[in-house]
Amino acid sequence: MRLFTHNMLSSNIKGVANGFPLRIEVDQVVEKQVDFHPDFLRNMFPKLEWKALVDAARTMGYTELPEEADSSMLESEEFLRKLHHALLELHLEEGALVCPETGRKFPVNKGIPNMLLHEDEV
Amino acid sequence: MSNRPELLAPPEIFYDDSEARKYTSSSRIIDIQARLSERALELLALPVDGIPRLLLDIGCGSGLSGETLTENGHQWIGLDVSQSMLNIALEREVEGDLLLGDMGQGLALRPGIIDGAISISAVQWLCNADKSSHEPRLRLKAFFGSLYRCLARGARAVFQVYPENIAQRELILRSAMHAGFAGGVVIDYPHSAKSRKEYLVLTCGPPSLSTAVPRGKGEDGESCSEDENSEENQMVCISDRNRPKKKQKITRKGKGRDWIFKKKEQLRRKGNAVPPDTRYTGRKRKARF
Repeated sequence: MRLFTHNMLSSNIKGVANGFPLRIEVDQVVEKQVDFHPDFLRNMFPKLEWKALVDAARTMGYTELPEEADSSMLESEEFLRKLHHALLELHLEEGALVCPETGRKFPVNKGIPNMLLHEDEV
Repeated sequence: MSNRPELLAPPEIFYDDSEARKYTSSSRIIDIQARLSERALELLALPVDGIPRLLLDIGCGSGLSGETLTENGHQWIGLDVSQSMLNIALEREVEGDLLLGDMGQGLALRPGIIDGAISISAVQWLCNADKSSHEPRLRLKAFFGSLYRCLARGARAVFQVYPENIAQRELILRSAMHAGFAGGVVIDYPHSAKSRKEYLVLTCGPPSLSTAVPRGKGEDGESCSEDENSEENQMVCISDRNRPKKKQKITRKGKGRDWIFKKKEQLRRKGNAVPPDTRYTGRKRKARF
């Protein structure tokens, strides 16, 4: 699972008002090279929750992202490269996602988060 | 016995390891899936500016449809309920991110972020109640409701579906309308039993010009595809081949007066007793007979 997916995911357990962001528990992180598309990043940037992304990247061991970001920074190639690496190249291979409200764990195996809910959580 | 997989077992059980492998090693299925997702992407009507979009593939399975999205340069997130299918997707090293999840439980995504959603042959699974806790109407409601929330305003969702009957199609469409979607059903090749395909084209947001439902392919009787067309032309017309020769010659009007005179002349030459030619010969009887 990449961080851009993590940035989209929220917990949808019944009764949870704010299931975003899911906390990451890391067992294993892998890096995979992906083609660089600045247009995609510019298109994605307004939709990102920046703080959640920075925190998630820190947990995964990538600390290059600045604390604050705004759309003017999209002009710089260096920033885009960093964003690209954090969003698309870091994969959470093994670990878990934890619901911030209930503490329910969604296990991540082979890079696939298991978001299936139990019957009483629907 | 029906051959609809929906009626055999729940999806996470039906698509076990062997079925998932069978599904993905059949070149015919791969071809069909690629064509369906190509058409779904076309119906999605994304702006043509070359910018990669973030799409959602619901019921992505082994990532066959996702591959089409990747080929068109888009980033995608795939959701499926079958672990075996996702394992195959991992083996095939698909580009998109995969989630194990049940669409009937709602999508666990933040609001307003997805640029478009496609789903190939998946939504009809929601019409089945596979567990005692399942209620199709509620599951459809949860699915469409959460989809509506996570789509960006004006984004489209295209579902290729195989509803079992009219009631199922109505149920799916009604749930979508209740969730706030505008749109309708596009039917490709409505006259062909085999290549008839239904697409649910839904638009997020209030009705406008852009929410008009596009036309299906082959609606005015044009042929389905080039290869099928050529197949039809090569085929021998069976009804013609088996028709008896005698019947082929007889015209609907009958044989006529001249033919009768000719025949009587022939018989007379042979020396047979033949009634004389009169004005009544070869005349139709009146209706009172």
